[in-house]
Amino acid sequence: MSNNIVSRLKRKKIEEVLEAGTRMDGRGLMDYREFQVKTDFLEKSEGSAEVKLGKTHVVVGVKAGLGTPFEDTPDAGVLMCNAEYTPVAHQTWEPGPPPHGAIELARVVDRGLRSAEILDMKELALVSGKKVYIIFVDLYVLNWDGNLIDACGVGALAALKNAGIPGYKVSKNDEVSETGKTKKLKLRCEPIPITIYKIDKHFILDATADEEEVADGRLTVTLDEKGNVTTLQKSGPVGFTVDELKKCINIATEKAAEIRSHAVASE
Amino acid sequence: MSKTKTKRKSRKKKFERVDGRKADELRPVTIETGVIPNADGSAYIEMGRNKIIAAVYGPREMHPKRLSKPNKGVLRVRYHMAPFSVDPRRSPAPSRRDTEIGMVMTDAIEPALFLERYPRSVIDVYVEIIQADGGTRCASVNAAAVALVDAGIPMKDLVASCAAGKMDGHIVLDLGDYEDKKGEADVPVAYMPKLEEVTLLQMDGILSTKETEEAISMAIEGCKQVYEIQREALKKKYGMADDDAEPDEETSEEAEKEAEAEKE
Repeated sequence: MSNNIVSRLKRKKIEEVLEAGTRMDGRGLMDYREFQVKTDFLEKSEGSAEVKLGKTHVVVGVKAGLGTPFEDTPDAGVLMCNAEYTPVAHQTWEPGPPPHGAIELARVVDRGLRSAEILDMKELALVSGKKVYIIFVDLYVLNWDGNLIDACGVGALAALKNAGIPGYKVSKNDEVSETGKTKKLKLRCEPIPITIYKIDKHFILDATADEEEVADGRLTVTLDEKGNVTTLQKSGPVGFTVDELKKCINIATEKAAEIRSHAVASE
Repeated sequence: MSKTKTKRKSRKKKFERVDGRKADELRPVTIETGVIPNADGSAYIEMGRNKIIAAVYGPREMHPKRLSKPNKGVLRVRYHMAPFSVDPRRSPAPSRRDTEIGMVMTDAIEPALFLERYPRSVIDVYVEIIQADGGTRCASVNAAAVALVDAGIPMKDLVASCAAGKMDGHIVLDLGDYEDKKGEADVPVAYMPKLEEVTLLQMDGILSTKETEEAISMAIEGCKQVYEIQREALKKKYGMADDDAEPDEETSEEAEKEAEAEKE
């Protein structure tokens, strides 16, 4: 929670409203703002998605290239997530090295995709130990009004779902050449992060920037379409009791299908 | 629980872990306080083959000043792995992983502190991984919490940490390096046993919601065991030992003297 006087006043007001069972913008505690998802709107990237969630606005670009695999996984392709807090997105965001929030955002979305095994990495290997596909998922924040993890999670899934990567063939002496065709990425599952914010005794979904600023902490639960948990991330200087954790996992389980539909039905 | 000696996994045989532990058994944990004479407080932990040092400096003036807060202190945790702590060698430059772990550790420990007592100040916790063996963030939290007590910083509760996960279809406690890499899921948890609050929770892998809850409960039980070990380590140095406790080792007495001298 931020410490300046304005945010303490803000917190008081937000808490009062929550006490009455509603939000500053009139939403219910478990309601998301309106999602607008547009996919495949960029020509130069292999896959793309634009997500607007209320005033939060992110663009996700998928780029595929060739590179060398990691030493410990010579027969697996690489999937990498990166987040960029652009200075256009908020008055307090400045150019420079990524702030902690951006690193966490990238890593939580990244873990959501990779631990769910969204891509078969073996299929993305071309020459053992030498050449594999490297798939970059870049999360580009253009306007910040809270709940970036969920917005980027939807964007990443939508962009990967629509991505077509260049085809390569491998000759007998391990030379790799382009086939000139593109092939769709095969997704094995559809993980979606749901972030639950804790403000005092209240739990809310899809926090705005104001709510996020005054929140005590949050828990992100990523779920695949079978209802399995694939990522948890607790953040913020606050503790959760075991009952609260269970409650949050239940909230996420109930909400996941609805949020997933925004990423999946966007083709 | 009877065990067979076979290493191969088989559905008929009893499940056996790589290092022969029971499903809910911790690796051996030893904690020593006051290992860094220059620090205000410090601790060394061995958790399995993890070897980790945590040192606390502060509360002290914040540098750079713009990061300080007018109405409370700031806890700053730096998690860093030595280049030789893993195979192959890793670059000593901080990685995204290090930054994130530093963040979640800060969030894990801060609820135990009274930061409102230290306006404009910082408490720096530096954690150096000398050798990594899976579950370094949990071991780091354990060492950091003990180091903070060693620094004389009042705390609401100790923070104890331990992971649970899934290996070959079984929920197991405190994954080692091998289980961490080959297992299906890893759920690191930090817990304040007196306040009954979870302050660190992460997970990656694939678990059903039921298994997730089971893993969290198992990790909490592990945290409670670690908590006792942390308390023993502190009692050993601060003389509240039980009557039947072993006499202090020479090294910790020395460290104590040096730490006392440094505080002046």
